Amino acid sequence: MAKLNKLQTATLPDAVLDRRQAVPALIERPGDFLMVAGLAGTAWELSALTHESPSLFGLGGAMGAAPMIGLGLALAQPKRRVLVATGDGELLMNVGALATIALQNPPNLTIICVDNGHYGETGNQDSHTGLGVRLDVVAAGCGFPVVHVINTEADMAEGRRLVREGGSLSFILLRVTEGPATHDGKKNLVPHIERDRFRAALLG
Amino acid sequence: MPDAITKETWPSALYDLLRANNVTQFCYVPDAGHKVLIDRSLADPDVHSVPLTTEEEGVAMVAGADLGGNRAVLLMQSSGVGNTINMLSLTQGCRFPFLTLVSMRGEYGEGNPWQFAMGQAVEPVLKAMGVIVLRAEQPSEVITAVTAAITMAFQSGQQVAVLLTQRLIGAKKF
Repeated sequence: MAKLNKLQTATLPDAVLDRRQAVPALIERPGDFLMVAGLAGTAWELSALTHESPSLFGLGGAMGAAPMIGLGLALAQPKRRVLVATGDGELLMNVGALATIALQNPPNLTIICVDNGHYGETGNQDSHTGLGVRLDVVAAGCGFPVVHVINTEADMAEGRRLVREGGSLSFILLRVTEGPATHDGKKNLVPHIERDRFRAALLG
Repeated sequence: MPDAITKETWPSALYDLLRANNVTQFCYVPDAGHKVLIDRSLADPDVHSVPLTTEEEGVAMVAGADLGGNRAVLLMQSSGVGNTINMLSLTQGCRFPFLTLVSMRGEYGEGNPWQFAMGQAVEPVLKAMGVIVLRAEQPSEVITAVTAAITMAFQSGQQVAVLLTQRLIGAKKF
């Protein structure tokens, strides 16, 4: 299959982590968070991880929405910690959101990009990150006060600490290999039910 | 009897109306038609004033505000409406309350030909995505139209745009 060339500036090593182990290992205590998950892989794996918790708003469409939903939620709920998990393709679609979020700098918001370098739902085409675009550098350039890249198991402890302790707006790039996300097959993602159950659990 | 609303006073009265109705997240791509709302939100310690890089960010942010129990408003120019279209499937599908104020270009007295395509498409495109469209043509109509839209959005859970028309805000001079 013909491919675009990798960027000459691409410097990160090839991904080695499997998302099916790495995502649960990074988010040790999902119950601590209000969570927003981007469409497809991250919505499925967080749904499985949380056993379809009503504290998870999972997207089945509206590609590019997850980080900004997280911002609106974090500003509305300053006493709660908000975790956004989304894929590289979803984040790239509205990458300007990183600039918008950094200007607001909500200390209760953590964004995890599960970066497999591919569009896994559409035939596994290379994404921009797979060809060397550095979302960690983009986040740092936008002004995220904390940026951490997880390439290997050795980088996980610091990632876990950042997720666990919070205290600052942070961006964590979790680099994983191609391959399926955990999908327990139950999640239905009816849009208005997603909204209603999340609000009922949070707001009563 | 409050003072009559004039073309000088409606923007500030509009800000007061939004605040009196507990709107606390103001997100926007800057436009001259929203200058007073933007400036007042920036000066207000009790609200979040959020400049966006593109209007579709605002659609998602309004949804997040609702998930957290806040009320938000998206301020944009007519050209920005075009940037929101697919993201409005989030609003429609999840039945998020949605209030947007659109300062119009590309209509009454427009002097820039680049503005017409999107300006003329605003109403049909919003309606196609399930957004109810109200118009304010005169200063006296702004407060009544936005009051109606606030009720429709936050009490009835509808998606509502109020067009601040070019007849109201005046065509930009070139």
